[in-house]
Amino acid sequence: MANKYFKVTFLSLIGVGALVASCSSDDNNDNMSNSKQAVVENYANIVSANYQKAYDDAVVLKTAINQFTATPTQANFDNAKTKWKDSRESYGTTEAFRFANGPIDDENGPEGLLNAWPLDENYIDYVDGGLPNGGIINNAIEFPAITKEVLEALNEEGGEKNISVGYHAIEFLLWGQDLTAPSAHQAGLRPYTDFVNGGTAANQSRRRDYLNVCADLLVDNLAYLVNQWKVGGPYRTTFLALPADEAIRNIYLGIATLAQAELAEERMNVALGNADQEDEHSCFSDNTHRDIATNLQGIINVYQGKYGSIDGPSLEELVKNADVNAYNDTKSSVDASLAKTRAILTPFDHAISGGLESAEGAKVRVAVLELKNLGANLIAGASKIGVTVNVVE
Amino acid sequence: MKNLLKGFLFLFCFHFASCSKSDNDEDYIALVPEEGEHLLGGTTTVFNATQEAFGFFAPNLTLDEQSDFGIGNSFFRQSWVSAPSSTTARDGLGPFYNATSCASCHFKDGRGRPPLFDKEFGTGLLLRFSIDGTDAHGSFHPDPTYGNQLQDNSILGQTTKGWYSITYETITETLADGTKVMLQKPIYTIHDLAYGALASGVKISPRVANQMVGLGLLEAIPDATILGFADENDANGDGISGKPNYVYDVATNSTKMGRFGWKANQPNVRQQVAAAFSGDLGITSFLFPNENCPPGVDCNAIPNGGTPEITDISLNRVALYSATLGVPVRRNYKNQNVLEGKKVFENIKCISCHIPKIQTGNDHAIAALRNQTIRPFTDLLLHDMGPGLADNAPDFKATGSEWRTQPLWGIGLINTVNRHTRLLHDGRARNVEEAILWHGGEAQAAKEKYKQLTAQERSNLLEYINSL
Repeated sequence: MANKYFKVTFLSLIGVGALVASCSSDDNNDNMSNSKQAVVENYANIVSANYQKAYDDAVVLKTAINQFTATPTQANFDNAKTKWKDSRESYGTTEAFRFANGPIDDENGPEGLLNAWPLDENYIDYVDGGLPNGGIINNAIEFPAITKEVLEALNEEGGEKNISVGYHAIEFLLWGQDLTAPSAHQAGLRPYTDFVNGGTAANQSRRRDYLNVCADLLVDNLAYLVNQWKVGGPYRTTFLALPADEAIRNIYLGIATLAQAELAEERMNVALGNADQEDEHSCFSDNTHRDIATNLQGIINVYQGKYGSIDGPSLEELVKNADVNAYNDTKSSVDASLAKTRAILTPFDHAISGGLESAEGAKVRVAVLELKNLGANLIAGASKIGVTVNVVE
Repeated sequence: MKNLLKGFLFLFCFHFASCSKSDNDEDYIALVPEEGEHLLGGTTTVFNATQEAFGFFAPNLTLDEQSDFGIGNSFFRQSWVSAPSSTTARDGLGPFYNATSCASCHFKDGRGRPPLFDKEFGTGLLLRFSIDGTDAHGSFHPDPTYGNQLQDNSILGQTTKGWYSITYETITETLADGTKVMLQKPIYTIHDLAYGALASGVKISPRVANQMVGLGLLEAIPDATILGFADENDANGDGISGKPNYVYDVATNSTKMGRFGWKANQPNVRQQVAAAFSGDLGITSFLFPNENCPPGVDCNAIPNGGTPEITDISLNRVALYSATLGVPVRRNYKNQNVLEGKKVFENIKCISCHIPKIQTGNDHAIAALRNQTIRPFTDLLLHDMGPGLADNAPDFKATGSEWRTQPLWGIGLINTVNRHTRLLHDGRARNVEEAILWHGGEAQAAKEKYKQLTAQERSNLLEYINSL
């Protein structure tokens, strides 16, 4: 399977390689390498716990979706939307584990099936201005049944079919297209009656099927990651057996790439440069500001070695011991990144709609630059502990 | 570094045989590289040789250019979706297409390859169609039904035009020392043509997606420099008669020298990009405003992603992105085997067409690309490569057996970036040696010299090429 989403989710590069400061061979080496291994193990614990939480939240979402499709009421619809937003909170921080040569986005990784963007919504269901009977939901001739097998097979046909599953597919089915002006501060306004027999739109039963299948696949794909990272799981075993410096390099690759490239450049700066209302990640629910916040929090979690009740050996401590200036610079950059991303107007489509020249756009730009600075500081810190990171952007 | 270089004697050698040596030869004088020969892209060279090596922007871009590069990158890498979509900047895919993103075929800005099994779509090889005769601008006539290209995919609700499969015929080359090399010649079969037969006598020309590095530098070479390499009537009698292609420049409605594409049929990077958006993704632009619509299909009734589907500013950004991907630095360029291989490369006259060193001009729109000493290993000219490689499909001034000299920079990193070593216009060669042995026509003599080399000489030459 040559899955295009693994292709497209990899980044091209703007960045520069950081230089290595190789460890001098003294007594500190053993200590350093012991503490590095402890950081690596703590990271594995964080990844495992975070995927477990994302999985648990996805199960809650699936239950809510099943409840809604069994009894399609406004209350159940609203509950499913709430649970979707909850599930994004725990998934968002896991994006710090991408770009790290791990199972989320290796050649068999499910990243594209979980979080593919942009979504080909027109491939799923009717859209404004689209063909009547557009989308798989309204095409009973080509797709007589909507099942897990059918949607999975579309992904496997040589990788060039449009994958229309994952969080954003569910988001589209729950919210519908966001057709109001950004200033209206409204997300998509799909009526719940799209899922009620004899209600709005056609093929309500098939729409319920599609939503249920997406929920099933979401849980399946997160279960795969939980299994990879659980104690004794296949990738965790591989990862813990890596030389500590290589494991640390992978960890840094993930967070530096997310900070500088995926989050700062791709999700924020490009959207700002396009000044296109819906050139944003969670465009149907207007939840992109939470994607930004959780991605940043994921980076901080990894750097500081904390997640939930976990508070263990961290990259931050290694850097602090090696070079207090690098530690301080990164600390300042973490604080500034938090402050500057929080200062962005919500919803995000409103913040970018005036482009770079607008006052709100300028705030986005300031946050972009700070996130890039954070990435640079992370890499500089890595070099202080003897790890070369070829920064991607 | 310079002191180190000065520590060696520069050995200038006219006859390769006199340079061969054994390791314990006390008189042996180490070969040294020419100063800067590892900097393939001049000061725009990128110092990275990892899987990401083709993806960095050329140093020295302005901040605005860097920002455009980032946005262009996004449009190059992310999938395009069918229209209408909430992501209005990114919709309009198809209705007929080969891939949903540029990066599908140019994975990590690198080289595509033929499919490894039937219906493995979007890996970077497509088939062009042409019939006899030329249009008002000197280009070939497309197939009247299927257009100039087989799009082997379509959006939901449309019927795909068809798809192709490949079988290979084995051809054996025997080198002077008795070594046998098996080459594979592709044979294409087109299946499930949905809109009737192809025209009788249609020419099928397979084209593989090329790595993207250094394109702006090639654009920055003055016409006069390229003309200086040309020898259309072989006045110097070396058997090599490179000639420029002259092609249609859509934006200026005029004829320009061709530089890009396997037959140099595009005059500049932007038009190449726009043509690929049109042909490969079904994305219209101001340069190519029409969808690829078979007869009987009313494309006006299919929702599109705007008129045009990619805005001028986005197209310009993707073009800037495509022009400014930096060329990676050479590896192992000081190795004695590599330097020995370099001499073989010169002696068997690879350099007659794969020109090692060129100066860019001083007027490219992107300042960082001006006045660079670059080492692209191409003359950007068309050469008759013999019947073995011929597709028999003329393209502007290019005949059915002529191809543009392929730049060799980055060639040794294709395996690192793209995990394959498929070469030539259709990806038939599985490695550098096979690619050399497919050379014919004007390059027949160089190929014959290659076949006469010793195993060590061949190995050195391949090491040299792989260091590029």
